[in-house]
Amino acid sequence: MSIYLPIAEVSVNALLLLGLGGAVGVLSGLFGVGGGFLMTPLLILIGIPPAVAVATGSNQIAAASFSGLLAHVRRRAVDFKMGAVMLAGGVAGSAAGVQLFAWLLALGQVELVVSILYVVFLGSVGGVMLAESLQGLLRTRRGTARRRRARHNWMQGLPFRMRFRQSNLYISAIPPLAVGALVGMLAAIMGVGGGFIMVPAMIYLLGMATTVVVGTSLFQILFVAIFTTLAHAITNQSVDALLALMLIVGGVLGAQLGARLGPRLKAEQLRILLAVLVLGVCLTLGLDLVLPPDELFVIDDA
Amino acid sequence: MPERRASLAAGRLAAAALGLAIALAGAASTVADIALPDGETIVPAADDSVLPALPEREVMPPPELAGERVVARLSQSSVAITTGFTGSELELFGAVYRERPPPPGPLDVIVVITGPSTPVTLRKRERRFGIWVSGREVEIDAAPSLYAVAATRPLAQILSHTDALRHRIGLDHVIRLVDAPEWLTDQREAYREAVVRLHRARGLYYLDPGGVRLDEETLFHTEVALPANLTEGRYLARVFLLREGAVIDATTAEIAVGKVGLERFLFALAHQRPAVYGIASVVLALTAGWLASALFRWLLP
Repeated sequence: MSIYLPIAEVSVNALLLLGLGGAVGVLSGLFGVGGGFLMTPLLILIGIPPAVAVATGSNQIAAASFSGLLAHVRRRAVDFKMGAVMLAGGVAGSAAGVQLFAWLLALGQVELVVSILYVVFLGSVGGVMLAESLQGLLRTRRGTARRRRARHNWMQGLPFRMRFRQSNLYISAIPPLAVGALVGMLAAIMGVGGGFIMVPAMIYLLGMATTVVVGTSLFQILFVAIFTTLAHAITNQSVDALLALMLIVGGVLGAQLGARLGPRLKAEQLRILLAVLVLGVCLTLGLDLVLPPDELFVIDDA
Repeated sequence: MPERRASLAAGRLAAAALGLAIALAGAASTVADIALPDGETIVPAADDSVLPALPEREVMPPPELAGERVVARLSQSSVAITTGFTGSELELFGAVYRERPPPPGPLDVIVVITGPSTPVTLRKRERRFGIWVSGREVEIDAAPSLYAVAATRPLAQILSHTDALRHRIGLDHVIRLVDAPEWLTDQREAYREAVVRLHRARGLYYLDPGGVRLDEETLFHTEVALPANLTEGRYLARVFLLREGAVIDATTAEIAVGKVGLERFLFALAHQRPAVYGIASVVLALTAGWLASALFRWLLP
């Protein structure tokens, strides 16, 4: 069952798109990541032009994160105050990222920089997460399980302290602002929501209570995704509504499933799973950079 | 010679048969208005049953080979891209008119379908510091978005190099690097071949030797498969008649390829009202997200 996508201008199997949306949606609901870091490369892999893949991916992320967010709001697992502070940083970072993107575009090296960024961030985030989770798992096995939380570091002691009740924190507003800004900037350049960077940053850098991390991350991702979708639709006309619809139908159902599945799974195992996934994508992209390509020439579609 | 006379009679018969075939094909194919990206609308001609007037010929065959002319019609004058579009099959019918008995030697036909040309940016990957990066870019002014060649026999056997070059027939003559940058020097050929190779890999350029069936040296027929990843615009079908490696006559027909219905609506909205389209996309996404959430809560409380 094929469907012709009006903006991408290719014909793709509809069931494949539904399945892709569903699989990424489950991850979104489980981990509080938008799934863009998987969705964008996969869409390009099945023949969607990169510009359309990035823009439409962000539209799908908006739907999936909204659906996931609602589920977390109902469980009171969202720290809106923390989310708002991070979002303020995110908007500023995103605006800066768009400028940086334009500069890279002029240099003709967007693809390279994006690939390297993916490899560096996915590699370090995945590595740290895997190491921490394995250590946690070992501690649990030895029966010395300890709740890792709110290690105080120098960042949290900076001025402008705020109380974040939901996160159970009384820390400076500067680290959340900075994390938000960094994620916003990367989102604009890499075409992702940034959850895969934000979730570990919230846990390890800010020391937030893990129960509110996913919901708060989805809150930030939702707004970043809306902003990105609008920006792409207006400047590049590269949002494919039909493609988005197919991904959304699969994605929102998957996200609901993931959000429900999450509490039943063990947090450490969940994190190992995400870490392995992130490292897998990192390895694939890294090999592409290093191995000699089959075809030396590329046609620029963008 | 009775054989020649029979062939001549068959020619007249064929012309009549062609008219009939076109009338049938015209009735069978659905007629839809095609709007092209430039806003122009093409309404397919209603009287497809009438043979077209022969256009002015630009081909000047050697005198001893002159006297044969080709007419051709497509089974449809437009291709509509709908939501379920998975590619299309173009049928082309044609016939050879002749005033006197045909000269000895085989007659051949080549059909070339060319899609609208677009500029293409080509980059070569280079290894720097151990990683593969995109090198300098080469702009190719015009590369047809589709280039399909069907013929009665392999091109090398029926077409001289001179005429291939003159009429730009064959994959070697699709792309011209007219004003390539200076630094390209000895790599010109590699870049030109790469454009063709990459298009072939996507199924957009292809050769079909033997794809044209010629009966009694008079009536011919071919089917050209158009892939699903078609670019909108005007497609040109060129039909060449050949003897002894030379093009002795040629004719052309046009096909409009355009989106219709929902495809047309979404494409037009995205380009003419991008802000409205963007907001609608976001609203659609949020509604779907909320609906799914509500649905699940209702199903699994």
